[in-house]
Amino acid sequence: MSTLEGVLTKNGLLTAFALVGMTMFISYFLSAKLTRGRLHGSAIAILIGLLMAVLAGGKNGVADIPMLSGIGLMGGAMLRDLAIVATAFGVRLEEFVKSGLIGAVSLFTGLLLSFFAGGAVAFAFGYRDAVSITTIGAGAATYIVGPVTGSAIGASSEVIALSIAAGLVKAIAVMIATPFLAKAIGLNNPRAAMIFGGVMGTNSGVMAALAVIDPKLVPYGAMTATFYTGLGCLLGPSLVFMIARFLF
Amino acid sequence: MTIYGTALLSLCLLTGLTVGRLIGAALGVEADIGGVGIAMILLIVGCDALQRGGLMKTPTESGITFWGQMYVPIVVAMAASQNVLGALSGGVMAVVAGVTTVGLSFVLVAALARKGRKEEYPS
Repeated sequence: MSTLEGVLTKNGLLTAFALVGMTMFISYFLSAKLTRGRLHGSAIAILIGLLMAVLAGGKNGVADIPMLSGIGLMGGAMLRDLAIVATAFGVRLEEFVKSGLIGAVSLFTGLLLSFFAGGAVAFAFGYRDAVSITTIGAGAATYIVGPVTGSAIGASSEVIALSIAAGLVKAIAVMIATPFLAKAIGLNNPRAAMIFGGVMGTNSGVMAALAVIDPKLVPYGAMTATFYTGLGCLLGPSLVFMIARFLF
Repeated sequence: MTIYGTALLSLCLLTGLTVGRLIGAALGVEADIGGVGIAMILLIVGCDALQRGGLMKTPTESGITFWGQMYVPIVVAMAASQNVLGALSGGVMAVVAGVTTVGLSFVLVAALARKGRKEEYPS
């Protein structure tokens, strides 16, 4: 047993490929047999992934278990970004250009909406200082914008932790809810995918959601979402903090 | 050769991430602004140029498409390595803030997506 464990740990990335492959197989099987394809196989696979992360309970989900550390490499930023860029193969540049303006509009409105909604919830829960309200609002943008903004304007570590949690909840809520709402919000074409990516902005959430709805839409959502976190880190400690300080 | 495609893909991403970081630094933030988006544009333009020049061979293409097809499994691995427990144990406020934001964002997506469709197909 310990021999096998040693091999699995030493070859972490291969363990990850094998385990994720089996998860995909089971998920597509369940999707076809139990839901007759109504709940997409990739949605079930992502839910299983999230569930495994809860069971493992660590900061990096199952990747904290030494034998499964390869999952962290496989699902980490490097290979994730490589795969996203690869999905752009065969996409026509005109599609991006055509929706460029609405993409930019959705980015700014989406970011401001997140700052506002997160800040309003912080206010409702009794926070009255501009630093905490801005930081929690930034966390509602993404779990990277939160801590970057918080450290820039000097928020307490407790508030920064809350902002990360808010961003994580957002990412997971987008992953789970979008497939059910896709039809209602008209998310079935490249243009809508660019708007979706710009408004939601949370990379992991947007990518998991689009993978389930239609993998062809992935590059469009990723195109706008990729600007979101950077812009949020730019606007959070500057413009948004200035507005918050003016209000409180 | 297959590696040509993967090499092109990697070069595009490395260039994009560098440019994204430089844009961030120029604007005074320590974050990547649009790196992946820039990489995607480079890949689209690069592949287009190779196709025009007749240099894009099938094995080269497969070095790119393989990674595109690995996308969903990679997302599953990403989901499995999220701090889900941390999100749930972050307190009621974090959950309320996250869910409220997502709810309002869906309304905004629907509004923006619908608005444009009317402009494109005037009735």
